[in-house]
Amino acid sequence: MAEADGSSRPFAGLSDVSISEDIPVEGDISMPTISSSQDDGFSTLDEPVKDTVLRDLKAVGNKFVHVLYPKKSKALLRDWDLWGPLLLCVTLALLLQGGSVDSKDDGGPQFAEVFVIIWFGSVIITLNSKLLGGTISFFQSLCVLGYCIMPLTVAMVVCRIVLLGSSGTVSFAVRLVVVSASFGWSTFASTAFLADSQPQNRKALVVYPVFLFYFVIGWMILTFAPAQ
Amino acid sequence: MSGGNKTANTEPWGGFDDNPVQGSGSAVIDMENMDDTSGSSFEDMGEMHQRMTEEEEEVAAEAEAPEEETGDDGEFLGMKGIKGQLGRQVADEVWQAGKREASKAFNLYANIDILRPYFDVEPVQVRSRLIESMIPVRTITFPQKVAGELYGPMMLVFTLVAILLHGMKTSQTIIREGTLMGTAIGTCFGYWLGVSSFVYFLAYLVNSQITLLQILSLLGYGLFGHCVVLFITYNIHFHFLFYGLWLLVGGLSTLRMVAVLLSRTVGQTPRLVICGSLAALHMLFLLYLHFTYHKMVEGILDTLEGVNALPIQRVARDVPELASAAVNATLQTLGVMLQIRQSPA
Repeated sequence: MAEADGSSRPFAGLSDVSISEDIPVEGDISMPTISSSQDDGFSTLDEPVKDTVLRDLKAVGNKFVHVLYPKKSKALLRDWDLWGPLLLCVTLALLLQGGSVDSKDDGGPQFAEVFVIIWFGSVIITLNSKLLGGTISFFQSLCVLGYCIMPLTVAMVVCRIVLLGSSGTVSFAVRLVVVSASFGWSTFASTAFLADSQPQNRKALVVYPVFLFYFVIGWMILTFAPAQ
Repeated sequence: MSGGNKTANTEPWGGFDDNPVQGSGSAVIDMENMDDTSGSSFEDMGEMHQRMTEEEEEVAAEAEAPEEETGDDGEFLGMKGIKGQLGRQVADEVWQAGKREASKAFNLYANIDILRPYFDVEPVQVRSRLIESMIPVRTITFPQKVAGELYGPMMLVFTLVAILLHGMKTSQTIIREGTLMGTAIGTCFGYWLGVSSFVYFLAYLVNSQITLLQILSLLGYGLFGHCVVLFITYNIHFHFLFYGLWLLVGGLSTLRMVAVLLSRTVGQTPRLVICGSLAALHMLFLLYLHFTYHKMVEGILDTLEGVNALPIQRVARDVPELASAAVNATLQTLGVMLQIRQSPA
């Protein structure tokens, strides 16, 4: 239609442009730019890389604090990330790497084993909680379970230090106490975060696999012995 | 679609431009239909698949249709025709890939929803079922009730995996070409699923009144006895303790399963077949798990793989007398057989 008009009257298009109806359209165009510049205080495009990394690290560290002091907070659930779990998982696997059952082919399966246990276990627990009718999302649950490994990673560091000193009955007793405490802590913290999303009467069914998961990891840490 | 073909026939020019658009149009329509059915139920899959194949056939028919008409306008519209074909091919491939992905995701989502009823239990129910798995019921005149539930069996299998890992570590089992974790998971799930399917097959042969789900649940809860026995005997190494627990706890959980199968099977021989094979498998599995990942394994492995010893050197083994007696008897038999074979020559 417009083309037909344009072919009949060559300058009709120009006169159309200057019609005053276009003015509100300009206003409309300027509105999004204003709103985006208001949001721009939050833009991360032109900040130094250091700021970006530090902000992410701060977010991860903030979540660590939440795990160490597990009060009913939604922060760990609301903005989940998998950086912290990855960091903790790799740290734990590397610390467990040195000692191996078989001293000849050192550690090869060990790293993979820890890695697989942690991620596979988390996925199983998450699927289980979904199947039992939990309202938590997949990655939220992975995030919580991954962050709650932190006490166990700390226990691993302590065990390493204790094992540097001696490897007698006393050191075993110390390690047992440390690992048991951190195992309890991990289970308690993850339960505090996850239990709210579950049906009230089924909490025990959700907690059992979590308990088993941290128990296996804790037991691996306890039986760890560095290679001579 | 047939309308589109008609217009293409009447207007040869329009055929090239319209068809790719129609192809994508049908794609959009089909995706919307998929979204509609995704909420309703899984039974729609067959119908949807049928509709998809119909769509495919129509697209193929459309692809063929313009090629007949290229005789007149081939020179004039050569470039345009090639472009149209290329575009159609690309669109078709994209559509195929998209459909594959969508149906895969749809399948996964539907599967989770399908499994949900089997996990619909209360903690009290799980506890009572765990206890009941140790109590054989003697009524075999009418079919006993079996709950079709998978939460308990799954958790028991994972518990058994953890216990096996523990046993492997303490016995210092070395597994070449694999991890302890993979072996433990493979063993437990392999037993659970494999024996369940085997028993289901037998039940089908002898006409038992039991479903695969009930067998899975029954056998899964039957693993509770295994978990208890192995957890105790991996930590306390007394052979008499193990044999006692094996007969008592393992026997009770086996009897429970046998009683349920007896009540759901008719006839002497069928009962003997199905119950005998299940009982033998279940009891032998416990024996296998205990002795494979027990501390005794060390001596044999050292001997076999010769870590510290010369090949012919004799190494003291920590093998119980029963096993060594069996080995001796086997050797003697072999020797006798060799002598017999040599004597005629």
